[in-house]
Amino acid sequence: MTDTEKAQVVLRLDGITKRFGPVTANEDVSFALNRGEVIALLGENGAGKTTLMNILFGQYTADEGSVELFSQPLPAGNPRAALDAGVGMVHQHFTLAGNLTVWENIVLGVDALSAASLRPANAKARIRQLSERFHLKVDPDAKVGRLTVGERQRVEILKALYRNAKILILDEPTAVLTPQEADALFATLREAIASGLSVIFISHKLHEVMAISDRVLVLRHGRLVAERATQDTNGEELAALMVGAEVSAPSIAPASPGAPLLSMRDVTTPGAGSAPGLARVSLDLRAGQITGLAGVSGNGQAALSDLISGLISPSSGTLELHGASPQGWSPRSAIANGVARIPEDRHKTGTIADFDLTENAILETYATRFSKRGWLDWVGARAFAQKLIEGYDIRCPGPDIRIRLLSGGNMQKLILGRVLEGAPDIILANQPVRGLDIGAVNYVHEQLAKARDRGAAVLLISEDLDEIMRLSDVIHVISEGRLSPEFARGTMRPEDLGRWMAGEGFEKGMTDAA
Amino acid sequence: MRLEPIAAPSVGRRVLPPALAIGATFVVAALLAMIAGGNPFAVFGLILKGAFGSKFAILETLNSATPLIFTGLAIAVAFRAKLWNIGAEAQLYAGAVITVVLGTGALSLPAPLMLALCGLAAMLVGALILLGPALLKTRLGVDEVVTTLLLNFIFLLFVSYLLEGPLKDPMGMGWPKSARLIPEARLPRIVEGLRLHWGFALALIAAVAVWVINTRTTLGYEMRAVGQNAEAAAFAGIPVTRVILKTALLSGGLAGLAGFSEVSGLKGSLTLDLSPGFGYTGIVVAMLALLHPLGVVVAALFVAAIFVGADSMSRAAGVPSYLADIMLASALLFMVLAILLTKFRVRRD
Repeated sequence: MTDTEKAQVVLRLDGITKRFGPVTANEDVSFALNRGEVIALLGENGAGKTTLMNILFGQYTADEGSVELFSQPLPAGNPRAALDAGVGMVHQHFTLAGNLTVWENIVLGVDALSAASLRPANAKARIRQLSERFHLKVDPDAKVGRLTVGERQRVEILKALYRNAKILILDEPTAVLTPQEADALFATLREAIASGLSVIFISHKLHEVMAISDRVLVLRHGRLVAERATQDTNGEELAALMVGAEVSAPSIAPASPGAPLLSMRDVTTPGAGSAPGLARVSLDLRAGQITGLAGVSGNGQAALSDLISGLISPSSGTLELHGASPQGWSPRSAIANGVARIPEDRHKTGTIADFDLTENAILETYATRFSKRGWLDWVGARAFAQKLIEGYDIRCPGPDIRIRLLSGGNMQKLILGRVLEGAPDIILANQPVRGLDIGAVNYVHEQLAKARDRGAAVLLISEDLDEIMRLSDVIHVISEGRLSPEFARGTMRPEDLGRWMAGEGFEKGMTDAA
Repeated sequence: MRLEPIAAPSVGRRVLPPALAIGATFVVAALLAMIAGGNPFAVFGLILKGAFGSKFAILETLNSATPLIFTGLAIAVAFRAKLWNIGAEAQLYAGAVITVVLGTGALSLPAPLMLALCGLAAMLVGALILLGPALLKTRLGVDEVVTTLLLNFIFLLFVSYLLEGPLKDPMGMGWPKSARLIPEARLPRIVEGLRLHWGFALALIAAVAVWVINTRTTLGYEMRAVGQNAEAAAFAGIPVTRVILKTALLSGGLAGLAGFSEVSGLKGSLTLDLSPGFGYTGIVVAMLALLHPLGVVVAALFVAAIFVGADSMSRAAGVPSYLADIMLASALLFMVLAILLTKFRVRRD
């Protein structure tokens, strides 16, 4: 290695090993990051990407190995040291205070309270300067709680840049973004690289990795299994390296739709906070058909999902299941009416983190299937959990494991198993593959397609247009709580849907309906 | 040195907090005993002897533990469902009041019926006292910490009024105390001749019952689910509001039983000093027990032993019995700290 090459290395990980009890999250991982370079860290869920970055960022301490930043050893387990040395991390789950403004969040914890840089005018001026230079449009005075997910991510990145970060770590940054927002993020990253920053980009979206990175590191089961220069590889090879076997996306056979199982007529619901409710939405979910709902995040998807989940009722209009209006609409009556619900947030709404797998498996059915005069049938419940583990390929030590110790993919498989086991004929899948690896994504999609083929009506809500277009037999677009007409598979190009997503076409549509 | 969160604490680690807290408590107590002029080992020896040194001492300790088991269970049940019941004191007095109302001659029933009636009535009124704050919480979002805490003072003043008025013992020579219970309304002793009443056995049964409810019934499952993640529970169709109300009824009922047991088993009449803060001490007991119902029994015995032992220690060693209060307070503080610390691993750089 020559001297000039050596000087370019900004970060070096050497022999990092990290164990959690019997689980080895990282084993002997070594790599170096150069100045102005983008490394993509690719791997399935549970491959150890996030753990590795948390070690680098000082939130965990490695059992073995060392981290070197700008040729200085980094004291272990000290986020402050990593921050001071110029490492900025944008977490998958944002770490912002919703009740504070953008600029307050950005300066939080940066300087002593008396520092001149903390004066609002100075701080805001610097933030405006940074946001202009890096194309990160956001109002410094806006309350973070009112921002969209994309805007919040911009604040996180600004926070890192404000602290003069020289290395930016982005953990699954596009998982929560629309295609347009993801493109904007890439523009920002290119600007950052041009000005000498280095980036570690964690993702399992292969096309993004191909588009943005210089080098790709593939992690599998905690080990670094491959390193490729991006220009010398392709998506297929990376996918194979990632899962350790050739993968193929499920092919979707044409649908044979039947009668509507769930019908909404002119349904309006109140909005919640900044999220709009539904505005006179009419929708039919037909048997044996996947209905895709495309739209930019926060345009009424939550309201529609809550409505079908039984959490809210229409304030006007009618909701019919199997041709009849349900009495006393609630989560319980939704389940009783054969509605399977895959919630958007599997950590917060889908599972109880400190419950074990068995307790989570019976969350929806304990009262009906596993209760005898108020006594819980734990033997039956455990057998049920065991059946889900086997039937849905949940990789875990057994039914007694606490759910918080499972990876996102296995958590989602548990939820899938839980709701699909009763052979429901209406399925609500809200962002069912968000944050999952390719293996798990294909698995979830296969299960949804299988349910459709046996005659279930599936509503797929997703912000990923690729997913919608690949899976859906018919597509609706939602914008500001309004629903577009139904588009059959193959009749719309992404750009066409994009225009509807931006809110075009509705005015005319509304007038026609009126 | 650094702190690092532990993802999956082992069983040993989960039992560690109480052990750490009690150890630290003894260190603090030893220092204070020395300041007060005693030899810490002698002081602890005397406390131990005072609590368990004789048959009388042991029975005294068990009797003192009885109300703490009830209030500790009441708190443990509520806290597990994240219902912050700070009002066990009022619920206890409510149970005591109804026992006196029914048991001083207004009704004449055979002893088993009389006792069952008083016990159930005490549970019912204790439950109703907590139902109010629980309804305010579920309907209007009123913080139950405030309402249950303030209700303690209101209810104690109400009891004070009762003892000066309607419930005042005409033969009491002007003291604010109720008439004595009729013999049918008194909990008998477990073994004739030994000063230990059936309230203690009832408390043990209650602890086992709560444990069974927690682990074996749908209600226990629902209460734990609501306490751990109310949002996920609601999404899954668990009737969160109903579960909180049921939890309140169970918790208040247990605290009400404490009042029944004290009046019927120990005191025989109601005075304003029936409870020296059993409702609050129950919080310490429940925390030391990590909200586990069987742990509550152990924790209540520990706390009772310190109080009983400190009493006799202070007579013998001249160290004030306030030491017991300090030990209790520091046990709670150390417990909170220890729970926090055992969730992390200490790392040396």
